[in-house]
Amino acid sequence: MNREREPIFSAKNMRLLLGPLNRDNPVAVQILGICSVLAVTAKLRPAFVMAVSVVAVAALASLIMSALRKTIPSRIRIIVQLVVIAFLVIIVDQILKAYVYEVSKQLSVFVGLIITNCIIMGRVEAFALGNKPWPSLLDGLGNGLGYGVILIVVGFFRELLGAGELWGRQVIPDSFYEAGYMNNGLMLLPPMALIIVGVIIWIQRSFNKDVVDK
Amino acid sequence: MENIFNIFIKSIFVDNMVFAYFFGMCSYIAVSKSVKTAMGLGVTVTFVMVTTVSLNWLLTRYLLNPGALAWMGGEFAAVDLSFLSFIVFIAVMASFVQIAEMAVEKFSPALYNSLGIFLPLIAVHCAIMGGSLFMQERAYENIGEAATFAFGSGIGWWLAIIMMAAIREKLKYSNIPRPLRGAGITFIITGLAGMAFMSFLGIQM
Repeated sequence: MNREREPIFSAKNMRLLLGPLNRDNPVAVQILGICSVLAVTAKLRPAFVMAVSVVAVAALASLIMSALRKTIPSRIRIIVQLVVIAFLVIIVDQILKAYVYEVSKQLSVFVGLIITNCIIMGRVEAFALGNKPWPSLLDGLGNGLGYGVILIVVGFFRELLGAGELWGRQVIPDSFYEAGYMNNGLMLLPPMALIIVGVIIWIQRSFNKDVVDK
Repeated sequence: MENIFNIFIKSIFVDNMVFAYFFGMCSYIAVSKSVKTAMGLGVTVTFVMVTTVSLNWLLTRYLLNPGALAWMGGEFAAVDLSFLSFIVFIAVMASFVQIAEMAVEKFSPALYNSLGIFLPLIAVHCAIMGGSLFMQERAYENIGEAATFAFGSGIGWWLAIIMMAAIREKLKYSNIPRPLRGAGITFIITGLAGMAFMSFLGIQM
């Protein structure tokens, strides 16, 4: 038996990594992990930090659970998953507190809520428990990135239209304000995040006809 | 007493879990297709919320806070276990969800079947985790306040999901652009409802 080894970046693996960015986007198509998308995106910087944290936790949780998948009895798998995820999130939380304390304060309880982010739990449950570590790592990474992209897009529009700033710097020139342009304060309030995500889903589904709900 | 009433009203309307913080959106969007199922999930979430937040309050007070271990003797007074709070909270939550799941399976098999995967998923329900974390952050004085806050938040989430389920039942008969159907329109309606709920801001009892 001379089984040929699958190349590390085979077409199938690339699909695992890139699929979630568009066709299987965790936020827009699978409707997972919405809570934090809405709450941390009033500014671009916290949104970016949050995206990076979730990518790291999702990838590592998938990798670890996939490596452990044969040793865990299925009855207690939920609690094991939660412990692994909580462990990773505690590390992320401590790192954020140590290096970007300001952002960590802004994110407040939402770092802890990465534990209950359905994307991580959902991908571990749906994919990592049945697959080898390397594809699971890619799947976790891909889904984390798909989530991050939405987070950053929403954060971009909310900060740009709501405060006229990007990454804390003013980008809309003063001459606009003199000419009567006003920031839309509503963009900074929570409900607009929902509406922006709704519009993103609308646009995304107009291009991908096959994910439309019946 | 006045304070407790204030916390109760505030947690239902002003700090509504769905409209002000977007906690529990996953199951909120997925289960709000029929009023009956939404009702069952709302009750379960409220139950788990009250029990977990109260228990977590006790744990925070006597185990996790800096200096909380003083009751065990002087040498433990300096221990700060607050970095363990995530893992403790999630363990408490998961065990209560397990209890709730067994109770629902026993007393209401129909509801058990219609909730399906979303019943165990309450274990990762952001509203409950968020409730515990807010309880810790806002440092409620006694267990009564913490339990009232949890009860109010549970009711708030419950009202929100029933409202959305009722709207979506009617929505079946309307002509929505195809790509917007399902999730898209639900988000936009929730956003509009959230704006309406913002009018409760600043209410003082």
